Amino acid sequence: MSDHPVLVDAQGLLCPMPVIRLQQAAADAESGDEIEVIATDPGVRADIPAWCRVHGHHVVDIQEEEITIRVRVRLR
Amino acid sequence: MTRPIRAVALISGGLDSMLAARLIQDQGVHVEGLNFYTGFCVEGHTHAIRRHDRDRPKRNNALWVAEQLGVPLHIVDVVEDYKDVVINPRHGYGQFMNPCLDCKGFMVARAREWMEQHDFDFIITGEVIGQRPKSQLRRSMPIVARESGAGDRLLRPLCAKLLEPTLPEREGWVDREQLLDWSGRSRKPQIELAEAFGFEDYAQPAGGCCFLTDPYYSRKLRDLWQARGERRYELDDIMLLKVGRHLRPRPHFKLIIAREEGENRFLQGYRRAFTHLEPVTHPGPLCLLDGEASDEDLQLAARLVARFSRGREAPSVTVAVAGAGGADRRELSVPPLPVEQVPQEWYIT
Repeated sequence: MSDHPVLVDAQGLLCPMPVIRLQQAAADAESGDEIEVIATDPGVRADIPAWCRVHGHHVVDIQEEEITIRVRVRLR
Repeated sequence: MTRPIRAVALISGGLDSMLAARLIQDQGVHVEGLNFYTGFCVEGHTHAIRRHDRDRPKRNNALWVAEQLGVPLHIVDVVEDYKDVVINPRHGYGQFMNPCLDCKGFMVARAREWMEQHDFDFIITGEVIGQRPKSQLRRSMPIVARESGAGDRLLRPLCAKLLEPTLPEREGWVDREQLLDWSGRSRKPQIELAEAFGFEDYAQPAGGCCFLTDPYYSRKLRDLWQARGERRYELDDIMLLKVGRHLRPRPHFKLIIAREEGENRFLQGYRRAFTHLEPVTHPGPLCLLDGEASDEDLQLAARLVARFSRGREAPSVTVAVAGAGGADRRELSVPPLPVEQVPQEWYIT
């Protein structure tokens, strides 16, 4: 298990690409690892939590910044 | 101990694939969903881009369906591989630029690969005989099964009783008697079954989820290929076809003019790659210029941009013009082009 979150830069990508990038990062990570997605498409606010729910992962935090949205996920 | 039987369901986000998956789940089969991102998917993009769509509930319908079913959903990026389907469809296009039969074969083939890699047993689709004019005809169904390599591991629960028994039925993994015999374009049986399952909210039927079935989008794609003299595209090309007014005043360049604030913001990200124009003295849209333009062409483009600005009635509007990445920026003061001088054939719609 990694001490630091894996960063996934999905800025400029439209959904579902940020979810696909998160999914790819999750495939390479271990249970308990955290992944932080940085995105600009407001769709991630709904899509990443939905993807986490169907896979049993946990959304730790969603932070709205001026342009970007940061979603932190902990893998089950 | 033998492991449970496992099926992978193609989940489009529409009702049919949702019902098909649920029917198989109810027979005790472990089901997981697969959704393919081609770049032509309608959902999401226009909501994300256009401000007036932002008040509508925003959701990815495939993920939403997966939640209703309680199954994991795997979303697969097939943008690169899908190009060959769009550019060279072996079975041709439908009414517009929709290569529906090749598309179905492609997706089932990718599902077969996924099934084999993940040790699943069969594939489920929500096809109904006669539901769609090209890809869901009775004679199309064996073509998809054969060309995808799925063969008789492809089960269509909604119309299975009208087809030859597949491997899952013959092996007793599923009970054929509990499958359905639907055909035709009526949506009534789907709606009734959705009610029986307690699905109160679901997306519109399959087919409406792909821009290639949209006549306006299809014309813009044809225009793109004609102007380039070759049939190819990149993801950015097909994204930009979804956004703005597209006008081609001359064969060698076209303009993509934002229609509202959300599109303006979206197009800003493309200023690094395109010559772009924007009114300075009056509020107005950002415009990307795709192609090669002479000074005379840029004057015409500036007059068109001025035409779509709030200065359209003013004697003169100053428009900033810059090359890709902001190079060679200058300002042109031009009279807005009168509406009667904008021929309808310039609009790519």
